[in-house]
Amino acid sequence: MDELRNKVKALLEAKTVNVVIGYEEGTGKKPRAVFAVKPEDAAKLIYDSRCVLNLAAYITKHEVKAKGKMAITATLPVMRSIIQLASEFQVNDNNLFVIGLTPDNQVIEFKNLAEVETFIHKFEISIDSKYKEALEKLDKMSRTDRWNWWINELAPCFKCYACRAACPMCYCHRCTVDFNQPQWIPVPSHELGNLEWHIMRAVHLTGRCIDCDACANACPLGIPINLLNKRLLEDAKKHFGGYQPMLKGDHLMSTFKPDDKENFIR
Amino acid sequence: MTIDKRILRKDSLEKLFNILRENNRTIFAPVEHNGKISFKASGSFSSVATDYIQTTQSSKEAAFPRTEKILDYTKTRDNINASPFDHNQIPEVVIWGVRPCDAMGIAELSAIFNWDLKDEIYNQRLAKTTVIGFSCMKADESCFCTSVGGNPGNTEGSDILLTRMGEGGDLIAEIITDKGAAIVSFAGELFQKSEEGQKEKYLADVPVKFNRDEIRKKLDKYFESDIWVKQSLRCIGCGACAYVCPTCACFDIQDEIHGKSGSRVRCWDSCGFSQFTIHTSGHNPREVQSQRWRQRIMHKFSYMPERLDVYGCTGCGRCSRACPVDMNILEHLTSIQEVTL
Amino acid sequence: MSDFEPRIVAFVCNWCTYAGADLTGTSRIKYASNVRIVRFPCTGRIDYMLLLKAFDEGADGIIVSGCHPNDCHYTSGNFHARRRWIMFRELCDLMGIDINRIQFSWVSAAEGSKWADVVNTTVTKIRELGPYTEYKKVANWPVKEVING
Repeated sequence: MDELRNKVKALLEAKTVNVVIGYEEGTGKKPRAVFAVKPEDAAKLIYDSRCVLNLAAYITKHEVKAKGKMAITATLPVMRSIIQLASEFQVNDNNLFVIGLTPDNQVIEFKNLAEVETFIHKFEISIDSKYKEALEKLDKMSRTDRWNWWINELAPCFKCYACRAACPMCYCHRCTVDFNQPQWIPVPSHELGNLEWHIMRAVHLTGRCIDCDACANACPLGIPINLLNKRLLEDAKKHFGGYQPMLKGDHLMSTFKPDDKENFIR
Repeated sequence: MTIDKRILRKDSLEKLFNILRENNRTIFAPVEHNGKISFKASGSFSSVATDYIQTTQSSKEAAFPRTEKILDYTKTRDNINASPFDHNQIPEVVIWGVRPCDAMGIAELSAIFNWDLKDEIYNQRLAKTTVIGFSCMKADESCFCTSVGGNPGNTEGSDILLTRMGEGGDLIAEIITDKGAAIVSFAGELFQKSEEGQKEKYLADVPVKFNRDEIRKKLDKYFESDIWVKQSLRCIGCGACAYVCPTCACFDIQDEIHGKSGSRVRCWDSCGFSQFTIHTSGHNPREVQSQRWRQRIMHKFSYMPERLDVYGCTGCGRCSRACPVDMNILEHLTSIQEVTL
Repeated sequence: MSDFEPRIVAFVCNWCTYAGADLTGTSRIKYASNVRIVRFPCTGRIDYMLLLKAFDEGADGIIVSGCHPNDCHYTSGNFHARRRWIMFRELCDLMGIDINRIQFSWVSAAEGSKWADVVNTTVTKIRELGPYTEYKKVANWPVKEVING
C-alpha cells in the first residue's frame, strides 16, 4: 500500500498529472473511487481484493476529463478497459498514465499504453466457472422456459441505467435509448422495454466487453445481466477465436473473415 | 381518530394475511429475489420475507407505479378517440410490511401530487391502498429516520402499525386510520383488546446524525458552493437513488404507438440523468453532474420544505444502499452540516 | 390453426434479393402473399433492432436476405452482416427468442425461384409454429397491476 501511495504522491508532487483516480475506503466497508489532486490525498488510497469497481468508467466522464491529464490505479479489468477505450480513441498516452495493480499485488508504473497492452495480453479473458454453469443451466432449459426465465429476471428492472453508467464502454454522450426519433427502445420500464434495453446493451458490447462485471455489480436489483455479456464472450470464442483489447487492429464486430462459418443461412 | 391499541398474537399474522386475501385484497409484501427484497404481489404468507432492515425498492409504487397507462387512443381519418384512465381497474391494495420511514414518505409524495393540480390517478390509487406498517427492530448504518422527523415506531402514514414484542413474539397493533379499522372489521377476533406492551422498548436504536432545519438554512447560501462538485465527482449519473426513493416523484410522459393506436404512459424519470433537463434547443441548464446532485439535495431539503411544507427525505437510507459508487446521502448531509462558508 | 395466416416481414438488400424478388414477379412465379418486403441498401444496414421492432409490431416471422458472399454491391456489407447475425442469433437463443422464426438467406438478382422457395418454406414453417404470441403478449403490455416489477 505504501508503494502505491508513494508513487501517487510523487506523481502529484511532480505535477506529472493533475488527478489520480484510485480507490479509498468507503462507507459500508466497500471501497469507492477517490480523486487525488493534492500530494497529501495519496494517503487515502488503498488497494485490496475488495477493489472491484471498474475505475475506467471515470476516464471518459466529462467532469473528470475536465481536470486535465490523469493517472489511474488500474487492476487487470481496468487495464483491459483502458486499452479498449484507447483503441476506440477515448484515451491516449498524452492524457492518461497507468499505475497497474497486478493480480499478485504488485504496483507497476507503465511508461505507456503499449506496455499496458503487453501486460494484459499475458492473461486470457475467461469467464468464471460459476457463470459457465449458469449458462449451461440455461442452455438445458426449453426455449420457452428460457424466455420466461428472462422475462421474470428482467421484470424488476426499473431502468435506472446503473449498468450503463458503471460500464467503461458505455461512454456515448447520447445512448440509443435516449433517442426518440425514432424511438428504438420504449422508455418506460415494462416487459418489452426491459427486454429490448438489455438486448441492445448486450449487442452494443459485443466484442468490446472485457468481463469486469461492473454492470451486474452496479445493478441495485441484483439482476444477472452480465450473463448476456458472458455468453457473447463465449460465442466470440466459439465462432471467431475470441478477442483481447488491442491498441491497433480490427475490432471483433467491425471486421469479418470471408470464411466465417455459420449453418443457418439458406 | 385516536389510535386504537390492540394485540395481535404471533400466530394470528398468517390468519390476517389469508383473511385479507379472502376479502379480495391484492397484497404486496416483501419477497426475496436475487438477494434483494422487494414488494411483490404475494400469494402465500410463507413467501413473505421477515428478516430485513429495509426493502430495496420502496412501496411508493402502489400509488405511483414506475409505468402506468393514463389513456389509450385511436386515430381515425379526421378524429382521435381517447379513452381515459379507468379508475375501476385499480384494485384494492394492501401493502404489507412497510417500514415507518416508507409510510412517512406517502405524505411527502402526496404533497407533490397535490401541489397545485390534484393528480387524480395518484389520489385514486392511494385511496385504494391500505398500509400495514411494521416497526423496525433493527437498523443499519444507512438508516437516519430520526434525523428527518421520523422514528422506528412512527405511526405517520400507516393505517395499521405492528410492532413485534421481541424476536418471534406477539405484536402490538396500532389501528391508526379508518382504512386500518376497516381491516380490523374483517378480522376482529384476531385483534384483541389489551393494555400489555410498550412498543418503545422493542424499537431499533437510530441515533440522530444531523438537524434538517439547520441544513435547510445552510442550503439557502450554498447554491454556488464547490461542495457539490467535490461530492459529486464520484457520481456516475444513474437513476438508482431516485428510483428506490420513497419520495422522488419525477416522471416522464411517453406515447407508445402501434400504428394508428397507442397509449399515453407515465413513467419514472430521474434528475440524475444528464438529459433530464435538456431543452429542445440543445441547451442544458444542468450541464454537469454537480448541478444535478445539487438539485437532488436542494429539492429534498430546501425547495420542498419551502413550497410544500414537507421535507423530501424520510431517512430510509435506500439511496445509499443502492448506489453503485457509494454516494452516501447521510455522509454528504453531515458534511454539509459541518462545512462553513 | 388452419385459419392462421402468418405475417412475415422481409428485410432485403436493394441489389440482390430485392431484384431477385422482382424477378420472381416478372417470371410470374406464384408464392405466398404473407410477406411484406422492406428494402434496404445493403444487409449491412439491417440493424438487429429492426428485427425486434418487427416482432413488436406483430410479425410472426422474419426473413433477412441479401447478396451471396463476395457479391455485395459494397464489397463487404454482407460479410459484416453475417458476423452480426451469428452473434445476434446466439443472443436471441439465450434469451429464449424463437430463432426458428428468423430466416436468413442469400438470394441473388438471378434467383427468382429461390426467393419464392425461401418465402414459401418460411411461411409453411411459421404456419406450423403458429402466431408468435409470446412476443405479442410482451409487446402489448401491461395490464396486470405490478409494483416493484
